[in-house]
Amino acid sequence: MSTASAPVTLIVNGVTYRVLAEPRRLLSDVLREDCVLTGTHVGCEHGVCGACTVLFDGMPARACLIYAVQAEGHEITTIEAFAADGELSVVQQCLHEEHGLQCGFCTPGIVVTMEAWLGEHPTPTDAEVRDALTGNLCRCTGYHNIVAAILKAAARRRVEAARDER
Amino acid sequence: MKPAKFSYEAPRTLDEALHSLATWRDDAKIIAGGQSLAPMLNMRLARPDHLIDINRLTELDRIALDGEQLMIGAMARHARLQRDALVKLHAPMLAHAAETIGHYAIRQRGTIGGSLAHADPAAQLPLATLTLDAEFELRSAVGTRTLSAAAFFLSIFTTALEPDELLATIHIPVARPREGFGFRLFNRRAGDFAIVAVAVTLARGEGATIDRLRLAIAGIGPVPLRIDNLVPREDAAAVRAGWSARIAPAVAAAVKIEDNERTPLVFRRELVERLVRDALDDALERAS
Repeated sequence: MSTASAPVTLIVNGVTYRVLAEPRRLLSDVLREDCVLTGTHVGCEHGVCGACTVLFDGMPARACLIYAVQAEGHEITTIEAFAADGELSVVQQCLHEEHGLQCGFCTPGIVVTMEAWLGEHPTPTDAEVRDALTGNLCRCTGYHNIVAAILKAAARRRVEAARDER
Repeated sequence: MKPAKFSYEAPRTLDEALHSLATWRDDAKIIAGGQSLAPMLNMRLARPDHLIDINRLTELDRIALDGEQLMIGAMARHARLQRDALVKLHAPMLAHAAETIGHYAIRQRGTIGGSLAHADPAAQLPLATLTLDAEFELRSAVGTRTLSAAAFFLSIFTTALEPDELLATIHIPVARPREGFGFRLFNRRAGDFAIVAVAVTLARGEGATIDRLRLAIAGIGPVPLRIDNLVPREDAAAVRAGWSARIAPAVAAAVKIEDNERTPLVFRRELVERLVRDALDDALERAS
Protein backbone atom coordinates (compact mmCIF):
# COMPACT_ATOMS: atom_id res chain seq x y z
CA MET A 1 0.00 0.00 0.00
CA SER A 2 1.34 3.34 -0.96
CA THR A 3 0.61 6.97 -0.26
CA ALA A 4 2.13 7.96 -3.61
CA SER A 5 0.37 9.04 -6.78
CA ALA A 6 -1.22 6.23 -8.77
CA PRO A 7 -3.30 6.12 -11.95
CA VAL A 8 -7.00 6.86 -11.41
CA THR A 9 -9.60 6.62 -14.15
CA LEU A 10 -12.56 8.96 -13.81
CA ILE A 11 -15.68 9.21 -15.90
CA VAL A 12 -16.84 12.81 -15.76
CA ASN A 13 -19.77 14.03 -17.84
CA GLY A 14 -19.37 10.92 -19.97
CA VAL A 15 -15.71 11.63 -20.75
CA THR A 16 -12.94 9.33 -19.49
CA TYR A 17 -10.03 11.03 -17.73
CA ARG A 18 -6.86 9.19 -16.77
CA VAL A 19 -5.05 11.09 -14.06
CA LEU A 20 -2.31 10.49 -11.51
CA ALA A 21 -3.44 11.19 -7.98
CA GLU A 22 -2.31 10.52 -4.44
CA PRO A 23 -5.03 8.72 -2.44
CA ARG A 24 -5.46 11.84 -0.30
CA ARG A 25 -6.41 14.09 -3.23
CA LEU A 26 -9.94 15.43 -3.03
CA LEU A 27 -12.20 14.75 -5.97
CA SER A 28 -12.91 18.49 -6.05
CA ASP A 29 -9.21 19.25 -6.59
CA VAL A 30 -8.74 16.58 -9.23
CA LEU A 31 -11.81 17.81 -11.12
CA ARG A 32 -10.50 21.36 -11.09
CA GLU A 33 -6.76 20.84 -11.51
CA ASP A 34 -6.42 17.63 -13.51
CA CYS A 35 -9.66 17.55 -15.50
CA VAL A 36 -9.66 21.36 -15.74
CA LEU A 37 -13.38 21.43 -14.95
CA THR A 38 -13.28 24.55 -12.83
CA GLY A 39 -17.03 25.03 -12.57
CA THR A 40 -16.96 22.90 -9.41
CA HIS A 41 -16.19 25.53 -6.80
CA VAL A 42 -14.28 24.91 -3.60
CA GLY A 43 -15.47 26.80 -0.54
CA CYS A 44 -15.02 25.18 2.84
CA GLU A 45 -13.49 21.78 2.06
CA HIS A 46 -15.31 20.12 4.92
CA GLY A 47 -18.76 19.53 3.51
CA VAL A 48 -20.56 22.56 4.90
CA CYS A 49 -20.91 25.09 2.09
CA GLY A 50 -22.12 22.90 -0.78
CA ALA A 51 -20.26 24.82 -3.51
CA CYS A 52 -18.41 21.69 -4.69
CA THR A 53 -21.52 19.53 -5.03
CA VAL A 54 -21.42 17.15 -8.01
CA LEU A 55 -23.58 14.21 -8.97
CA PHE A 56 -22.11 10.86 -7.96
CA ASP A 57 -23.96 8.15 -9.86
CA GLY A 58 -26.77 10.64 -10.33
CA MET A 59 -27.13 11.79 -6.74
CA PRO A 60 -25.60 14.92 -5.21
CA ALA A 61 -22.43 14.57 -3.19
CA ARG A 62 -19.78 16.89 -1.84
CA ALA A 63 -16.71 16.51 -4.07
CA CYS A 64 -14.56 17.68 -1.14
CA LEU A 65 -15.68 14.70 0.96
CA ILE A 66 -14.79 12.11 -1.67
CA TYR A 67 -11.22 11.24 -2.55
CA ALA A 68 -10.66 10.96 -6.29
CA VAL A 69 -9.49 7.37 -5.92
CA GLN A 70 -12.92 6.50 -4.51
CA ALA A 71 -14.66 7.76 -7.63
CA GLU A 72 -13.21 5.11 -9.91
CA GLY A 73 -15.97 3.15 -11.59
CA HIS A 74 -18.60 5.77 -10.76
CA GLU A 75 -20.25 8.34 -12.97
CA ILE A 76 -19.46 11.92 -12.02
CA THR A 77 -21.54 14.78 -13.33
CA THR A 78 -20.34 18.34 -12.84
CA ILE A 79 -21.94 21.72 -13.51
CA GLU A 80 -20.31 21.72 -16.98
CA ALA A 81 -22.77 19.00 -18.06
CA PHE A 82 -25.85 21.17 -17.64
CA ALA A 83 -25.38 23.70 -20.41
CA ALA A 84 -23.11 21.59 -22.56
CA ASP A 85 -24.84 22.60 -25.82
CA GLY A 86 -24.83 26.27 -24.89
CA GLU A 87 -28.42 26.26 -23.75
CA LEU A 88 -29.04 26.81 -20.04
CA SER A 89 -30.83 24.12 -18.08
CA VAL A 90 -34.24 25.01 -16.69
CA VAL A 91 -32.76 25.59 -13.23
CA GLN A 92 -30.00 27.78 -14.64
CA GLN A 93 -32.41 29.76 -16.81
CA CYS A 94 -34.74 30.38 -13.85
CA LEU A 95 -31.85 31.47 -11.61
CA HIS A 96 -30.94 33.94 -14.36
CA GLU A 97 -34.50 35.24 -14.74
CA GLU A 98 -35.11 35.60 -11.01
CA HIS A 99 -31.70 37.14 -10.26
CA GLY A 100 -30.91 34.14 -8.09
CA LEU A 101 -27.21 34.85 -8.06
CA GLN A 102 -24.87 37.74 -7.59
CA CYS A 103 -21.23 36.69 -7.38
CA GLY A 104 -22.14 33.20 -8.57
CA PHE A 105 -19.72 31.31 -6.36
CA CYS A 106 -22.38 29.09 -4.77
CA THR A 107 -24.41 28.74 -7.96
CA PRO A 108 -22.83 25.57 -9.44
CA GLY A 109 -23.51 23.67 -6.22
CA ILE A 110 -27.07 24.94 -6.11
CA VAL A 111 -27.76 24.03 -9.75
CA VAL A 112 -26.31 20.53 -9.40
CA THR A 113 -28.15 19.86 -6.13
CA MET A 114 -31.48 21.20 -7.37
CA GLU A 115 -31.33 19.32 -10.68
CA ALA A 116 -31.32 16.09 -8.66
CA TRP A 117 -33.65 17.29 -5.93
CA LEU A 118 -36.34 18.51 -8.34
CA GLY A 119 -36.23 15.10 -9.99
CA GLU A 120 -37.27 13.56 -6.66
CA HIS A 121 -39.51 16.46 -5.62
CA PRO A 122 -41.35 17.69 -8.72
CA THR A 123 -43.99 19.68 -6.81
CA PRO A 124 -42.19 21.29 -3.88
CA THR A 125 -43.60 23.91 -1.52
CA ASP A 126 -41.75 27.07 -0.63
CA ALA A 127 -40.82 25.55 2.76
CA GLU A 128 -39.48 22.38 1.14
CA VAL A 129 -37.32 24.37 -1.24
CA ARG A 130 -35.94 26.38 1.67
CA ASP A 131 -35.18 23.18 3.57
CA ALA A 132 -33.42 21.65 0.54
CA LEU A 133 -31.36 24.83 0.11
CA THR A 134 -30.00 24.66 3.66
CA GLY A 135 -27.19 22.53 2.27
CA ASN A 136 -25.91 25.34 0.03
CA LEU A 137 -24.55 28.52 1.55
CA CYS A 138 -25.01 31.75 -0.38
CA ARG A 139 -23.44 34.85 1.13
CA CYS A 140 -24.55 37.58 -1.24
CA THR A 141 -27.99 37.44 -2.81
CA GLY A 142 -29.85 36.12 0.16
CA TYR A 143 -32.12 33.22 -0.54
CA HIS A 144 -35.41 34.80 -1.61
CA ASN A 145 -34.56 35.00 -5.29
CA ILE A 146 -33.01 31.55 -5.26
CA VAL A 147 -36.18 30.10 -3.73
CA ALA A 148 -38.28 31.93 -6.33
CA ALA A 149 -36.05 30.56 -9.09
CA ILE A 150 -36.28 26.97 -7.86
CA LEU A 151 -40.08 27.17 -7.55
CA LYS A 152 -40.25 28.60 -11.06
CA ALA A 153 -37.93 25.87 -12.33
CA ALA A 154 -40.11 23.21 -10.71
CA ALA A 155 -43.20 24.59 -12.44
CA ARG A 156 -41.41 24.85 -15.78
CA ARG A 157 -40.06 21.31 -15.50
CA ARG A 158 -43.59 20.06 -14.83
CA VAL A 159 -44.84 21.79 -17.98
CA GLU A 160 -41.96 20.31 -19.99
CA ALA A 161 -42.57 16.84 -18.55
CA ALA A 162 -46.28 17.06 -19.43
CA ARG A 163 -45.41 18.21 -22.95
CA ASP A 164 -42.91 15.36 -23.37
CA GLU A 165 -45.59 12.86 -22.39
CA ARG A 166 -47.90 13.97 -25.15
CA MET B 1 -7.85 21.75 4.35
CA LYS B 2 -6.00 18.90 2.69
CA PRO B 3 -5.60 15.60 4.50
CA ALA B 4 -2.23 14.20 5.51
CA LYS B 5 -0.92 11.35 3.39
CA PHE B 6 -2.60 7.98 3.66
CA SER B 7 -2.61 4.78 1.68
CA TYR B 8 -5.89 3.39 0.44
CA GLU B 9 -7.63 0.18 -0.44
CA ALA B 10 -11.18 -0.69 -1.45
CA PRO B 11 -11.66 -4.39 -0.72
CA ARG B 12 -14.30 -6.37 -2.59
CA THR B 13 -15.26 -8.66 0.28
CA LEU B 14 -15.90 -8.22 3.99
CA ASP B 15 -13.34 -10.92 4.81
CA GLU B 16 -10.72 -9.00 2.89
CA ALA B 17 -11.61 -5.79 4.75
CA LEU B 18 -11.50 -7.53 8.14
CA HIS B 19 -8.17 -9.14 7.34
CA SER B 20 -6.72 -5.77 6.44
CA LEU B 21 -8.16 -4.21 9.59
CA ALA B 22 -6.57 -6.98 11.67
CA THR B 23 -3.22 -6.05 10.12
CA TRP B 24 -3.45 -2.26 10.38
CA ARG B 25 -5.57 -2.02 13.56
CA ASP B 26 -5.43 1.52 15.01
CA ASP B 27 -3.35 2.80 12.10
CA ALA B 28 -6.28 2.37 9.73
CA LYS B 29 -9.69 4.00 9.54
CA ILE B 30 -12.71 2.48 7.89
CA ILE B 31 -14.33 4.93 5.48
CA ALA B 32 -18.02 4.44 4.67
CA GLY B 33 -19.98 7.50 3.52
CA GLY B 34 -17.18 9.78 4.67
CA GLN B 35 -19.50 12.59 5.72
CA SER B 36 -17.91 12.81 9.18
CA LEU B 37 -14.55 11.16 8.59
CA ALA B 38 -13.57 13.12 5.47
CA PRO B 39 -14.00 16.52 7.20
CA MET B 40 -11.87 15.21 10.07
CA LEU B 41 -9.23 13.99 7.61
CA ASN B 42 -9.33 17.24 5.65
CA MET B 43 -8.87 19.25 8.84
CA ARG B 44 -6.24 16.77 10.00
CA LEU B 45 -8.15 16.05 13.19
CA ALA B 46 -7.74 12.43 12.12
CA ARG B 47 -4.46 11.24 10.57
CA PRO B 48 -4.69 7.52 9.86
CA ASP B 49 -1.90 5.90 7.85
CA HIS B 50 -4.38 3.87 5.88
CA LEU B 51 -8.00 4.03 4.69
CA ILE B 52 -10.08 0.92 4.18
CA ASP B 53 -12.98 1.92 1.94
CA ILE B 54 -16.02 -0.33 2.46
CA ASN B 55 -18.19 1.25 -0.23
CA ARG B 56 -17.74 -1.77 -2.49
CA LEU B 57 -19.01 -4.23 0.10
CA THR B 58 -22.49 -4.84 -1.24
CA GLU B 59 -22.90 -7.51 1.46
CA LEU B 60 -23.16 -4.63 3.95
CA ASP B 61 -26.02 -2.73 2.37
CA ARG B 62 -28.88 -5.18 2.78
CA ILE B 63 -32.07 -4.28 4.60
CA ALA B 64 -34.18 -7.31 5.47
CA LEU B 65 -36.71 -8.61 7.94
CA ASP B 66 -35.63 -11.63 9.99
CA GLY B 67 -38.57 -12.73 12.11
CA GLU B 68 -39.12 -10.00 14.69
CA GLN B 69 -35.90 -8.20 13.81
CA LEU B 70 -35.14 -5.66 11.16
CA MET B 71 -31.58 -6.17 9.93
CA ILE B 72 -29.85 -3.18 8.42
CA GLY B 73 -26.43 -3.41 6.83
CA ALA B 74 -23.93 -0.81 8.01
CA MET B 75 -23.63 0.68 4.51
CA ALA B 76 -27.32 1.59 4.25
CA ARG B 77 -27.34 5.30 3.52
CA HIS B 78 -29.54 7.85 5.28
CA ALA B 79 -31.50 8.67 2.12
CA ARG B 80 -32.37 4.98 1.80
CA LEU B 81 -33.43 4.65 5.45
CA GLN B 82 -35.77 7.59 4.88
CA ARG B 83 -37.77 5.84 2.19
CA ASP B 84 -37.17 2.09 2.62
CA ALA B 85 -40.55 0.36 2.98
CA LEU B 86 -39.34 -2.12 5.62
CA VAL B 87 -37.72 0.59 7.72
CA LYS B 88 -40.80 2.81 7.50
CA LEU B 89 -43.06 -0.05 8.54
CA HIS B 90 -40.99 -1.67 11.30
CA ALA B 91 -38.77 1.14 12.60
CA PRO B 92 -40.52 4.34 11.52
CA MET B 93 -38.54 6.41 14.03
CA LEU B 94 -35.33 5.44 12.27
CA ALA B 95 -36.70 6.55 8.88
CA HIS B 96 -37.79 9.86 10.39
CA ALA B 97 -34.50 10.36 12.27
CA ALA B 98 -32.52 9.75 9.07
CA GLU B 99 -34.52 12.45 7.34
CA THR B 100 -33.35 15.01 9.90
CA ILE B 101 -29.64 14.36 9.35
CA GLY B 102 -27.49 17.06 7.74
CA HIS B 103 -28.62 18.10 4.28
CA TYR B 104 -29.97 16.43 1.15
CA ALA B 105 -26.52 15.87 -0.37
CA ILE B 106 -25.08 14.62 2.93
CA ARG B 107 -27.89 12.06 3.30
CA GLN B 108 -27.11 10.58 -0.12
CA ARG B 109 -23.67 9.53 1.12
CA GLY B 110 -23.79 9.15 4.92
CA THR B 111 -24.39 5.64 6.27
CA ILE B 112 -25.98 4.25 9.41
CA GLY B 113 -22.86 2.28 10.32
CA GLY B 114 -20.65 5.31 9.87
CA SER B 115 -22.88 7.49 12.02
CA LEU B 116 -23.00 4.90 14.82
CA ALA B 117 -19.27 4.17 14.76
CA HIS B 118 -18.47 7.89 14.70
CA ALA B 119 -20.63 8.29 17.85
CA ASP B 120 -21.19 12.01 17.91
CA PRO B 121 -22.98 12.61 21.23
CA ALA B 122 -25.73 14.67 19.59
CA ALA B 123 -26.21 12.57 16.45
CA GLN B 124 -29.63 11.21 15.49
CA LEU B 125 -28.92 7.55 14.79
CA PRO B 126 -27.14 6.71 18.06
CA LEU B 127 -30.14 8.21 19.87
CA ALA B 128 -32.71 6.42 17.72
CA THR B 129 -31.00 3.01 17.91
CA LEU B 130 -30.59 3.33 21.68
CA THR B 131 -34.29 4.09 22.04
CA LEU B 132 -35.25 1.19 19.78
CA ASP B 133 -33.14 -1.34 21.77
CA ALA B 134 -31.00 -2.04 18.73
CA GLU B 135 -28.17 -4.55 18.80
CA PHE B 136 -25.00 -4.15 16.80
CA GLU B 137 -23.19 -7.03 15.15
CA LEU B 138 -19.45 -6.42 15.26
CA ARG B 139 -17.25 -8.46 12.97
CA SER B 140 -13.54 -9.12 13.06
CA ALA B 141 -11.24 -11.53 11.28
CA VAL B 142 -11.51 -13.87 14.28
CA GLY B 143 -15.21 -13.71 15.06
CA THR B 144 -18.50 -11.96 15.60
CA ARG B 145 -20.01 -10.46 18.73
CA THR B 146 -23.21 -8.61 19.40
CA LEU B 147 -23.56 -5.61 21.67
CA SER B 148 -26.60 -3.61 22.69
CA ALA B 149 -26.64 0.04 21.68
CA ALA B 150 -26.47 0.88 25.39
CA ALA B 151 -23.18 -1.03 25.71
CA PHE B 152 -21.78 0.23 22.40
CA PHE B 153 -21.59 3.97 23.07
CA LEU B 154 -18.89 4.59 25.67
CA SER B 155 -18.11 8.30 25.44
CA ILE B 156 -17.82 11.20 23.03
CA PHE B 157 -16.64 9.76 19.66
CA THR B 158 -15.80 6.54 21.52
CA THR B 159 -17.42 3.14 21.08
CA ALA B 160 -16.79 -0.41 22.23
CA LEU B 161 -15.36 -1.30 18.80
CA GLU B 162 -11.95 -2.95 19.14
CA PRO B 163 -9.24 -1.85 16.69
CA ASP B 164 -9.80 -4.97 14.56
CA GLU B 165 -13.61 -4.77 14.61
CA LEU B 166 -16.08 -3.39 12.10
CA LEU B 167 -19.75 -2.63 12.72
CA ALA B 168 -21.45 -4.85 10.14
CA THR B 169 -25.17 -5.10 10.86
CA ILE B 170 -27.72 -3.31 12.99
CA HIS B 171 -30.58 -5.41 14.42
CA ILE B 172 -33.71 -3.58 15.47
CA PRO B 173 -36.68 -5.28 17.13
CA VAL B 174 -39.76 -4.42 15.08
CA ALA B 175 -42.29 -1.91 16.40
CA ARG B 176 -45.17 -3.29 18.45
CA PRO B 177 -48.81 -2.96 17.41
CA ARG B 178 -50.26 0.43 18.38
CA GLU B 179 -46.78 1.86 18.88
CA GLY B 180 -46.04 5.45 17.97
CA PHE B 181 -42.84 7.43 18.10
CA GLY B 182 -41.74 10.97 18.74
CA PHE B 183 -38.43 12.40 17.60
CA ARG B 184 -37.67 16.03 18.28
CA LEU B 185 -34.51 18.02 18.13
CA PHE B 186 -33.41 21.60 18.42
CA ASN B 187 -30.53 23.23 16.58
CA ARG B 188 -29.71 26.80 15.69
CA ARG B 189 -29.11 26.16 12.00
CA ALA B 190 -30.79 23.55 9.82
CA GLY B 191 -28.51 20.58 9.32
CA ASP B 192 -26.31 21.18 12.36
CA PHE B 193 -26.00 18.63 15.08
CA ALA B 194 -28.73 19.11 17.66
CA ILE B 195 -28.16 20.93 20.92
CA VAL B 196 -30.70 18.59 22.50
CA ALA B 197 -32.62 15.75 20.86
CA VAL B 198 -35.33 13.54 22.35
CA ALA B 199 -36.70 10.20 21.19
CA VAL B 200 -39.82 8.44 22.48
CA THR B 201 -41.77 5.31 21.66
CA LEU B 202 -45.17 4.66 23.13
CA ALA B 203 -47.01 1.35 22.68
CA ARG B 204 -50.57 1.50 23.96
CA GLY B 205 -52.33 -1.35 25.70
CA GLU B 206 -55.99 -1.83 26.56
CA GLY B 207 -57.89 1.40 27.19
CA ALA B 208 -55.60 4.04 28.65
CA THR B 209 -52.89 1.59 29.71
CA ILE B 210 -49.36 1.73 28.34
CA ASP B 211 -47.76 -1.42 27.04
CA ARG B 212 -44.30 0.11 26.75
CA LEU B 213 -42.80 3.60 27.00
CA ARG B 214 -39.21 4.28 25.99
CA LEU B 215 -37.52 7.67 26.32
CA ALA B 216 -33.99 8.81 25.52
CA ILE B 217 -32.10 12.10 25.25
CA ALA B 218 -29.00 13.22 23.39
CA GLY B 219 -27.01 16.40 23.91
CA ILE B 220 -26.90 16.32 27.69
CA GLY B 221 -23.75 14.25 28.12
CA PRO B 222 -21.06 12.29 26.26
CA VAL B 223 -23.48 9.61 25.02
CA PRO B 224 -27.24 9.47 24.46
CA LEU B 225 -29.06 8.27 27.55
CA ARG B 226 -32.17 6.19 28.17
CA ILE B 227 -34.20 7.87 30.87
CA ASP B 228 -37.32 5.70 31.00
CA ASN B 229 -36.85 5.51 34.78
CA LEU B 230 -37.38 9.26 35.21
CA VAL B 231 -40.99 9.04 34.05
CA PRO B 232 -43.32 9.16 37.09
CA ARG B 233 -44.61 5.63 37.71
CA GLU B 234 -48.32 6.39 37.23
CA ASP B 235 -47.58 8.18 33.93
CA ALA B 236 -45.53 5.23 32.72
CA ALA B 237 -48.52 2.96 33.40
CA ALA B 238 -51.34 4.85 31.71
CA VAL B 239 -52.10 7.86 29.54
CA ARG B 240 -54.21 10.40 31.43
CA ALA B 241 -55.26 14.01 30.93
CA GLY B 242 -52.21 16.32 31.00
CA TRP B 243 -49.93 13.31 30.51
CA SER B 244 -47.07 14.87 28.53
CA ALA B 245 -47.29 18.16 30.44
CA ARG B 246 -46.72 16.25 33.69
CA ILE B 247 -43.91 14.00 32.49
CA ALA B 248 -41.85 16.69 30.75
CA PRO B 249 -41.11 18.93 33.76
CA ALA B 250 -40.52 15.90 35.98
CA VAL B 251 -37.96 14.54 33.53
CA ALA B 252 -36.35 17.93 32.95
CA ALA B 253 -35.97 18.53 36.69
CA ALA B 254 -34.49 15.10 37.38
CA VAL B 255 -32.21 14.52 34.41
CA LYS B 256 -28.50 15.07 34.88
CA ILE B 257 -27.13 17.52 32.32
CA GLU B 258 -23.42 17.93 31.84
CA ASP B 259 -22.21 21.50 31.67
CA ASN B 260 -20.38 22.71 28.58
CA GLU B 261 -19.17 26.08 27.38
CA ARG B 262 -21.31 26.25 24.27
CA THR B 263 -24.85 26.14 25.60
CA PRO B 264 -25.92 27.24 29.07
CA LEU B 265 -27.21 24.42 31.22
CA VAL B 266 -30.40 26.26 32.09
CA PHE B 267 -31.23 26.65 28.41
CA ARG B 268 -30.65 22.97 27.72
CA ARG B 269 -32.90 22.04 30.65
CA GLU B 270 -35.66 24.17 29.13
CA LEU B 271 -35.05 22.46 25.80
CA VAL B 272 -35.33 19.05 27.44
CA GLU B 273 -38.70 19.95 28.94
CA ARG B 274 -40.13 21.31 25.70
CA LEU B 275 -38.75 18.58 23.45
CA VAL B 276 -39.85 15.78 25.79
CA ARG B 277 -43.37 17.19 25.87
CA ASP B 278 -43.54 17.55 22.09
CA ALA B 279 -42.03 14.12 21.47
CA LEU B 280 -44.51 12.51 23.88
CA ASP B 281 -47.39 14.30 22.15
CA ASP B 282 -46.16 13.12 18.75
CA ALA B 283 -45.84 9.55 20.01
CA LEU B 284 -49.31 9.63 21.51
CA GLU B 285 -50.80 10.95 18.29
CA ARG B 286 -49.01 8.34 16.17
CA ALA B 287 -49.94 5.52 18.59
CA SER B 288 -53.63 6.32 18.50
